[in-house]
Amino acid sequence: MAAAGFFYLFAVLAVASGAMVILAKNPVHAVLFLILAFFNAAGLFVLLGAEFIAMLLVIVYVGAVSVLFLFVVMMLDVDFAALKAGFIKNAKVGAIVGGIVLVELVALFSYRGLSIASTISVASPTPAGLTNTQALGEILYTKYVYFFQCSGLILLVAMIGAIVLTLKHRAGVKRQSIPEQVARSPKATLEVVKVPSGGSMIPAAAKRPEAAE
Amino acid sequence: MTIGLGHYLTVAACLFTLGIFGIFINRKNVIVILMSIELILLAVNINLVAFSHFNADLVGQVFALFVLTVAAAESAIGLAIIVVYFRNRGSIAVEDINMMKG
Repeated sequence: MAAAGFFYLFAVLAVASGAMVILAKNPVHAVLFLILAFFNAAGLFVLLGAEFIAMLLVIVYVGAVSVLFLFVVMMLDVDFAALKAGFIKNAKVGAIVGGIVLVELVALFSYRGLSIASTISVASPTPAGLTNTQALGEILYTKYVYFFQCSGLILLVAMIGAIVLTLKHRAGVKRQSIPEQVARSPKATLEVVKVPSGGSMIPAAAKRPEAAE
Repeated sequence: MTIGLGHYLTVAACLFTLGIFGIFINRKNVIVILMSIELILLAVNINLVAFSHFNADLVGQVFALFVLTVAAAESAIGLAIIVVYFRNRGSIAVEDINMMKG
């Protein structure tokens, strides 16, 4: 009974905060509701006995992805009120499409003759004597090790891609150039001038590469 | 009453629909569209884990892990593109992103 209560608590909160994500006027609030939705989904996963995925959801989504969203929303100086224009006009089409999808999906799941419903077993997917994390690791690192490596590569590509995209070389910022320093020779940098007696000499500034920049 | 597979699938269907609805009503705001995609992927994950539990097969949870990985990579790249775009054009409205005339 308690499990049913928790299910309804998590489910209602997840769906409500999901609705707030798309309806919130302020995108910062939308990100905060996204975090709430992920927390409640993690609660649902705990109820399903998938503790590892639940904790991963909290760590990866709440800890990394949502914070990334928050950073971007706060960093960009965007007039979000202007972006909200046309909300009602689009809402009609969206309501039609979304309503059709929802009715179809719920009708499909409540259909009793679905073959999935007959194969439902009450056995836990985790073998006896193993924790969820242990059981997951035992198949992830053996049977699915190539997929695991592949997902690591995807993350690497995403990381490098994000860095390459956002790295900006500002003009006018002095940077150390090691090859340039190593290649310096006295011939290029030192100049011996003959100063006439009683006179003065101002070296031509344009000759120096540092001053020319 | 006991909570069955249908209950979880219904929650996931609601979240999935909210994601699609969010893409429609927030057509101008790329950041909210990305958040809607996250909601859709969350719904997919709920489906996978629910099927994994009720069919006693752990592979569903392994697949949910991979979906999580791809979703994280996708949002990182998407946000990086948004930042670069904002730097170049000073706006993130979807209507302005038409240079390629696709």
